[in-house]
Amino acid sequence: MKKTRLVLQNGLIFEGEAFGYEKPASGELIFNTGMVGYAETLSDPSYKGQILVFTYPLIGNYGIFSDQQQKGDIPINFESEKIHVAGVVVNSFSEDYYHYQAKMSFDSWLKKLKIPAITGVDTRAITLNISNSGSRLAKIESEEENYPFFDPNKENLVKEVSIKAPKFYDAHGDKTVLIVDTGMKSNILRYVLSKKINVQRVPWNYDFKHLKFDGILLGNGPGNPELIKETIAILQTQLTQEKPILGICLGHQLLAIAGGASTYKMKFGHHSQNQPCVLVGTKRVFITSQNHGFAVDESSFTDDWQPWFFNANDGSNEGMRHKSKPFFSVQFHPEASPGPTDTNFILDEFLALL
Amino acid sequence: MTIKKVLVFGSAALKIGEAGEFDYSGSQAIKALKSEGIKTSLVNPNIATVQTDQQLADKIYFLPVTPTFIEKIIAKERPDGVLLSCGGQTALNCGIDLAKNGVFDKYGVKVLGTPIKTIVNTEDRALFAEKLNEIGVLTPNNRSITSLKEAISAAKEVGYPVMIRIAYALGGLGSTVVKSEKELIPAIKLALSHSHQVLIEEYLLGWKEIEYEVVRDSYDNCITVCNMENLDPLGIHTGESIVVAPSQTLSNEEYHFLREIAIKTIRHLGVVGECNIQYALDPHSKDYRVIEVNARLSRSSALASKATGYPLAYVSVKLALGYSLGEITNNTTKATMACFEPALDYIVIKIPRWDLKKFPMVSKQINSSMKSVGEVMAIGRCFEEALQKALRMLDIGALGIVGNKKLFTDNTETKNKLEKALAQPTDERIFALAKALVEGFSIDEIHQLTHIDRWYLSKIQNIISTTKRLDLYKGGTCPRELLLLSKKLGFADAQLAHILDSDENKIRLNRINFGIHPYVKQIDTLAGEYPPQTNYLYLTYHASQDDLSFHSGNNKILILGSGAYRIGSSVEFDWCCVNSINTIKELGYETLMLNFNPETVSTDYDISDRLYFDEISLETVLEILRKESAMGVIVSVGGQAANNLALPLHLAGVNVLGTSPIQIDRAEDRKKFSAALDQLKIDQPKWCELTDLAGAIKFCHQVGYPTLVRPSYVLSGAAMIVASNDREMTHYFSKVALVSNDHPVVISKFIEDAKEIELDAVAFNGEITAFAISEHVENAGVHSGDATLVYPAQRTYVETMRQIIKIGRKIAKEFAISGPFNTQFVAKSNFIKVIECNLRASRSFPFISKVAKLNFIKEATLAIMGKEATKKVSSSFTNYDYVGVKASQFSFTRLNGADPTLGVEMSSTGEVACLGDDFNEALLKSLISVGFKFPLRKVLLSTGPLDKKIAFNSSVQKMILAGIEIYSTPGTYKFLKDHQLKSKMIDWPDSTNSKTVLDLIYSNQLDLVINIPKNFYKQELDNDYLIRRKAVDRGIPLVTNIQLAKRLVEAALEKTIDDLQIKDWHSYK
Repeated sequence: MKKTRLVLQNGLIFEGEAFGYEKPASGELIFNTGMVGYAETLSDPSYKGQILVFTYPLIGNYGIFSDQQQKGDIPINFESEKIHVAGVVVNSFSEDYYHYQAKMSFDSWLKKLKIPAITGVDTRAITLNISNSGSRLAKIESEEENYPFFDPNKENLVKEVSIKAPKFYDAHGDKTVLIVDTGMKSNILRYVLSKKINVQRVPWNYDFKHLKFDGILLGNGPGNPELIKETIAILQTQLTQEKPILGICLGHQLLAIAGGASTYKMKFGHHSQNQPCVLVGTKRVFITSQNHGFAVDESSFTDDWQPWFFNANDGSNEGMRHKSKPFFSVQFHPEASPGPTDTNFILDEFLALL
Repeated sequence: MTIKKVLVFGSAALKIGEAGEFDYSGSQAIKALKSEGIKTSLVNPNIATVQTDQQLADKIYFLPVTPTFIEKIIAKERPDGVLLSCGGQTALNCGIDLAKNGVFDKYGVKVLGTPIKTIVNTEDRALFAEKLNEIGVLTPNNRSITSLKEAISAAKEVGYPVMIRIAYALGGLGSTVVKSEKELIPAIKLALSHSHQVLIEEYLLGWKEIEYEVVRDSYDNCITVCNMENLDPLGIHTGESIVVAPSQTLSNEEYHFLREIAIKTIRHLGVVGECNIQYALDPHSKDYRVIEVNARLSRSSALASKATGYPLAYVSVKLALGYSLGEITNNTTKATMACFEPALDYIVIKIPRWDLKKFPMVSKQINSSMKSVGEVMAIGRCFEEALQKALRMLDIGALGIVGNKKLFTDNTETKNKLEKALAQPTDERIFALAKALVEGFSIDEIHQLTHIDRWYLSKIQNIISTTKRLDLYKGGTCPRELLLLSKKLGFADAQLAHILDSDENKIRLNRINFGIHPYVKQIDTLAGEYPPQTNYLYLTYHASQDDLSFHSGNNKILILGSGAYRIGSSVEFDWCCVNSINTIKELGYETLMLNFNPETVSTDYDISDRLYFDEISLETVLEILRKESAMGVIVSVGGQAANNLALPLHLAGVNVLGTSPIQIDRAEDRKKFSAALDQLKIDQPKWCELTDLAGAIKFCHQVGYPTLVRPSYVLSGAAMIVASNDREMTHYFSKVALVSNDHPVVISKFIEDAKEIELDAVAFNGEITAFAISEHVENAGVHSGDATLVYPAQRTYVETMRQIIKIGRKIAKEFAISGPFNTQFVAKSNFIKVIECNLRASRSFPFISKVAKLNFIKEATLAIMGKEATKKVSSSFTNYDYVGVKASQFSFTRLNGADPTLGVEMSSTGEVACLGDDFNEALLKSLISVGFKFPLRKVLLSTGPLDKKIAFNSSVQKMILAGIEIYSTPGTYKFLKDHQLKSKMIDWPDSTNSKTVLDLIYSNQLDLVINIPKNFYKQELDNDYLIRRKAVDRGIPLVTNIQLAKRLVEAALEKTIDDLQIKDWHSYK
């Protein structure tokens, strides 16, 4: 295999071998500690602009499943049609893969979707570097290339991953959920449709006042929420209404900002499938799937809002509820995929309010 | 109700299916209770455990874990609660019985954690299926039956092949797969002899076997701590399977689908604490079955605990006390909560350790019933690395999966045989997989034959391909890149040496020249998400830096652990390691523990300052010492495997603490040791080393039969026998293929009718500072690990003891011992001969330490560290107003076909020891602890040769007087009749009479079978064998040694169960 290297902005260099698509890559270096779900993870639009380190050392064991799509344009086995990370970092990957659903290898998939990757590097050393000193910019390049560092947190990444025009998904139901697509994972869509509820999916900056819907779902997405001003402005008008709103991940942050709270950049975020979240006021803890680098500052809540969940490990905010209206949101992913399905009930609760 | 006092149930002796894992779980449980200020009492006759150490439980009862004894302990202790979940199936079954008998209600005792009702629902297969059906969770299609007739029709309904399982069984006892009615009938008969309820179940050929460890609190929080995948598909017991954590071949959807079912099921069943759920998963669809739930800590939970670093036993006890998962901190990270699911950034492989070669008549095939006696766990950053580490850890002589000096693939010479070896798994199938790949079998072909997931096979193929690349450099130097790749794939230096026709040292030097070294990584439960604080470490070549730094202070001591439990080396050496660590810590040193056995306490996160969970080998020790500037290494507390490294480490320039490795070698080397004894004028049985039969026979004629014969070069469990004549000696030579100039046999005079006596001692600079003399109940000829041991010795002449200590002093001086040692003697009318000497801690160290109330390992460690003893001890029988008796636990029931008799080869899997005011009391308690039943009402006698019959005559007389009904086989009957003793004659198994001794055994009326073998040499499946075997199959207590039989009868006639006192350890003063 061809030699390549991972260069961190702090000067650290990890020599390894190139696989996937041959090109340089640059972005914010983060890690994910999930042990399964590499395809779901890489196809999650929230990773836009990031170089992802898998801490699990063996990636690609069960290959990549069919990239066919079901009616509409919802992929069956992925969270979007694309791989959104800028680059992939692994300890090792399986060229041979075996699973009755597998259609191609991890490597072929990366090649097909033109994503560069590096293998044979000490992923744990890289991870500890991030968890000790925070996430940072990095690039994958060969020795002779001199690729510039790119900081995705200064860009409006949502604009790039959102759909361009509204789209209606007919589940032949009586109710319709409006999803603001800021980089939403497909499983949110699949989940709602499976409950026989129609979906009206709109671009991130689409003014949807005139559309017919019964509730608003703000999905996940990449980057810094403060930069998504147009979505926030539209949301602010909705907060005067009574229609139920559920925010997930970036949606949680946007709702918080719209409601008067602020967000901050975390040291290196939560990117894993094992984050414990406590339901405020109870001893109930839920294991959640998460992927975010920004968090909502609970101390900035206005009087209308109250915390709903907090993280059992670091105490950060994981959810909020409006005190009088049916507005609520969570920082984690109740739709799972990848990860545990324990908090599906949050989606169910929202859908029941329509 | 607030819980102030808890009685913890132990699991008694180690046995197949229930081993050291319960010392780990019980010890953690007691720590968790203590941390809450709760008073703890523990009942466990397994004296060699860490949990029965004085610093743990407040009160310790070395008493049988049976309902009768525990009820009495409850009546005496009046605990508020009982903890059943940390003592395996033994504790659980005992708890169920006590609950049924209303004992807990009577004394107002709360069962902590999972309620009894839930336990019963998980144990009773019909109820279990019903409960899961309520929530739409699938279980295997099956029928519960209670008779052969029902079984035949049930099997037809379910459809062959079917799996037969029995209820309330540990380790899949009696479960088997049958393909036809012909196979079904005998299997059902056997199964019904163990349990009234038997299950006929669909057999899901080739399905994946997956397990999840689930934790739930009383607030309904429920998490899965670890999932594991069996490399061997369904049909091989998980205890017999190679197990991988986390699962490798499951997709996100499969992983989380099974996780969701786990949580749903465990919530529905109402488990509080820890449990294990096992699945069958169709590799071709989303179809699944829940096979079983173990509502207690188990072998799997111990493995999961070590694999993830999550202290399952500790957490489960906190939950049983009413805490929520969110209220317990993660002891590993210190920074996070216990309510999370560990993320691993490494792979863990467990391989069972079998000792089947010790039992010539036991089938080597592995199946749904457990036969393995221990296990190893290897950690790596890829499958190949962990797999090859694990295979070496087994200590069966393997250097890896390939490149071995010894062939592990018997009966694979032809394609047909190899195919059979793949399709009908034995304990060595993993090697057959490699051989098949070398022979050119495709991955698909092997998958067809084994149903092992092709991903695993492709990884083994990687190793084979790399070996082929290495072959090109035979006799030369392997290039850096290939050497590094080989190291990443888990090749050891010694293995590379064998492949490259080089030697280990050259390979190592070359590797060092290339700058190739492993790095140290931490296991932190969170894959590095938080800066790790843990001291739980392993080595890997998939790295470019160490996780932590190594200070250069010279106060670190590395202790080598015991490795895999096996027959002859188990929990007692873990006890030695833990106590040695504690002592070294007290002396102010930093401790580094090296061990890889997931069933141990020494590998717990809070025992040593740093735990290296890795191979115990010269290569690994040198690599650790390269980083850690340790002051020295202790090799003498981890049993023989650790001791074997003494000289190699010394030659590599490592400071081995305590007795000099040169002296250890002098004691280990038979010739050097013998010469030393001659020089010291210490007597020893005549012996010689030979390579040919003629010479052997000549020697035997010189010294006179019987003689003891053993191979001098033992890779694993090769046979040792006693030969009584030329015919037996000839037969032995014809069987032992490896006798050659390189591999001679050692023959020594076997002393008959001699007492066997042991000296356990500690010496400092050649002076004994503590010693204990114990005697065997059985005469010499029964392996010391199987014998019933009495301490202090009760029937040994004072003169003999005086001579023994004199010899011990000479040996200590001659070998300049600083540390532990053990010497075995035979004594006949005050003539004493030394038969063995080991300059290390022995199996009996925990026993004598706890009876003497003097920690011999602490004393030994002080000596090793160059410190004076706590106090000089003269151990005399008059010091103690009580007696300790250690009895052996055999697992013959599980070793189908094995001849359950005692000989010079060790066959017991565990031991217990109890205390009594006199020998009889201690003996009875010990025997009850290993499954004997009293009072005796009906006893079968078949007392073998004439001298044994005569010896036993008075015992029979006493039994008859006491009203015990005696049945006897024809020869014994005639002898008794000639001596005016009345017994009922019963015909031999091969008699044509309609009713034979086997019918009597099957009638389940016997309380004891005494069958004394005719000679030492075991080879025939004769009548006596059938009696012994069937007795064991039926669970009837069996005695095959005349001295033990006599002492047992004496004790049983002198005392009733009610005479056996319920006294805790500290009450013996």
